[in-house]
Amino acid sequence: MNPESLKYSDEHEWVGESNGVYVVGITDFAQEKLGDITYVELPAIGRKLARGEEAAIVESVKAASDVFAPVSGTVVEVNYTLENDPGLINRDPFGRGWIFKLKDINAAEYDELMTYIAYRAFCQGES
Amino acid sequence: MEWIPLTDADREAMSRVVGIGSVDELFGTIPDTLKSGPLRLPEGLDEPALRALASDYAARNRMDLVSFVGGGYYDHYIPAAVDALTSRGEFLTAYTPYQPECAQGTLQAIYEFQAALCRLTDMEVANASLYDGGTAVFEAVTMACRITGRNRVVLDESLNPRWRDMLITHAANLSLDLKTGRDPAGAACVVAQNPTFRGTLWDYSALAEACHAAGALLVGVFNPVSLAIVKTPGAMGADIAVGEGQPLGIPLGFGGPYLGLMTARKTFIRKMPGRIAGMTVDHEGRRGFVLTLQAREQHIRREKANSNICSNQALCALRALVYLSLVGPVGLKNVAERCRAGAEWLKRRIAHFAPCANDGPTFNEFTVRLPREAEAVVTDLLSRGFVAGIPLALVGAGNPHELLIAVTEKHAPARLEAFAAALEEVCACG
Repeated sequence: MNPESLKYSDEHEWVGESNGVYVVGITDFAQEKLGDITYVELPAIGRKLARGEEAAIVESVKAASDVFAPVSGTVVEVNYTLENDPGLINRDPFGRGWIFKLKDINAAEYDELMTYIAYRAFCQGES
Repeated sequence: MEWIPLTDADREAMSRVVGIGSVDELFGTIPDTLKSGPLRLPEGLDEPALRALASDYAARNRMDLVSFVGGGYYDHYIPAAVDALTSRGEFLTAYTPYQPECAQGTLQAIYEFQAALCRLTDMEVANASLYDGGTAVFEAVTMACRITGRNRVVLDESLNPRWRDMLITHAANLSLDLKTGRDPAGAACVVAQNPTFRGTLWDYSALAEACHAAGALLVGVFNPVSLAIVKTPGAMGADIAVGEGQPLGIPLGFGGPYLGLMTARKTFIRKMPGRIAGMTVDHEGRRGFVLTLQAREQHIRREKANSNICSNQALCALRALVYLSLVGPVGLKNVAERCRAGAEWLKRRIAHFAPCANDGPTFNEFTVRLPREAEAVVTDLLSRGFVAGIPLALVGAGNPHELLIAVTEKHAPARLEAFAAALEEVCACG
């Protein structure tokens, strides 16, 4: 996906919308901080997530980090390819490294997420 | 590394730098109600006085008694090589070898210990050890909760009551829903022990299947020596297997140190608590050993860690490894077979006055029903040089007439006969 058209949370998740399905992953900035990713624990399909809830765990050689739900919604698909190739998140964080997809999301929460430009400024503040 | 405490001059210099007048000022933000107050400790002793005191304490132990006490901890023979090898200075640490560049020997020993445990239990992965059998049961239970996302824990009656108590203590501030029985519905796991605390051998394969059908795990609690001749946790479908490692070359002691054993199915390895040693290659392709899968541990993941265990029992694990390597698969089978044969002989010898109360076959330990109260019989036998066993009523696992007797390969036939005769006399004079 084109990073410029995505929305961002302050926990470094991105959300991309296509046909009412919301794809979630972690940003290039986040994967860079984590280092080589060795394992991803995916959420169960059908699970209802509240905003900010721990949805997945991304484990690198340095640390195991939570991926939070950037908006409330129901998990409809997860990226099983990551089970055998977790490094996809390092190589293609905004594309094939997506983690899960949500439906029936909270639109107001989605609107509150940062734009690409706002997120870039946010990252400069963090680093 | 030097371990010299601070001098007063050090303290003053440090206080000047941070701008405080005293150490008390440094801790001034802690409310007084949280402070312990002065510790009521006796005055320090000089070396001769300390030696004398320790000798007095040691003299209170009765080293002359022949023990038939079991209940998870057994008086097995420990070959001299176990002490000789494990007391080498290089190994004298219970601590975790974080630095592979200077801890290859310890890491290799832990790796081999894990491999030995997997073979013994027929499971796929093992960790570097836990503190003891009871804490291993607790860790297995919380691991099952993490895996299933459930908090109900069902404890079968077969579980050692001491380990059940330890589990309850550890879980006091967790929201675990502890139940007794075998119903896996809605449970994270059912905990089943073989042989049971009362000594009976059973097959929990059907229970494991019922657990899996209900989305629960089966935690199998084992006696490591028994596994040389009885059906293993892996063969019965256990998902996590835990046990007390003391029977593997670790002496009986008041309060330990003992050894917690844990193995599991490979798919659960990332939910396993504690350390795991792995084998790898360095940049020149040479074999080496490292700690692996540390990212879920306390020093990295804080309150979200798999467990608050941040160590292992490396020295006791090494004893277990040396013991297992020394006796080998055939030797361990011989030890187990001699324990079983001795127990069977004794069971028959005393059956006419102390019939066996187990409702199935037994391994090294069995329950008998005495004509007198078991606690009184145990007390009477002390003066004849025997600790006869565990009165089951004392631990809430039987009635006052029931005694749990454990036999090991250390009990030669003449000793067993002497014990049987003494037990018969004491029972008759009730």
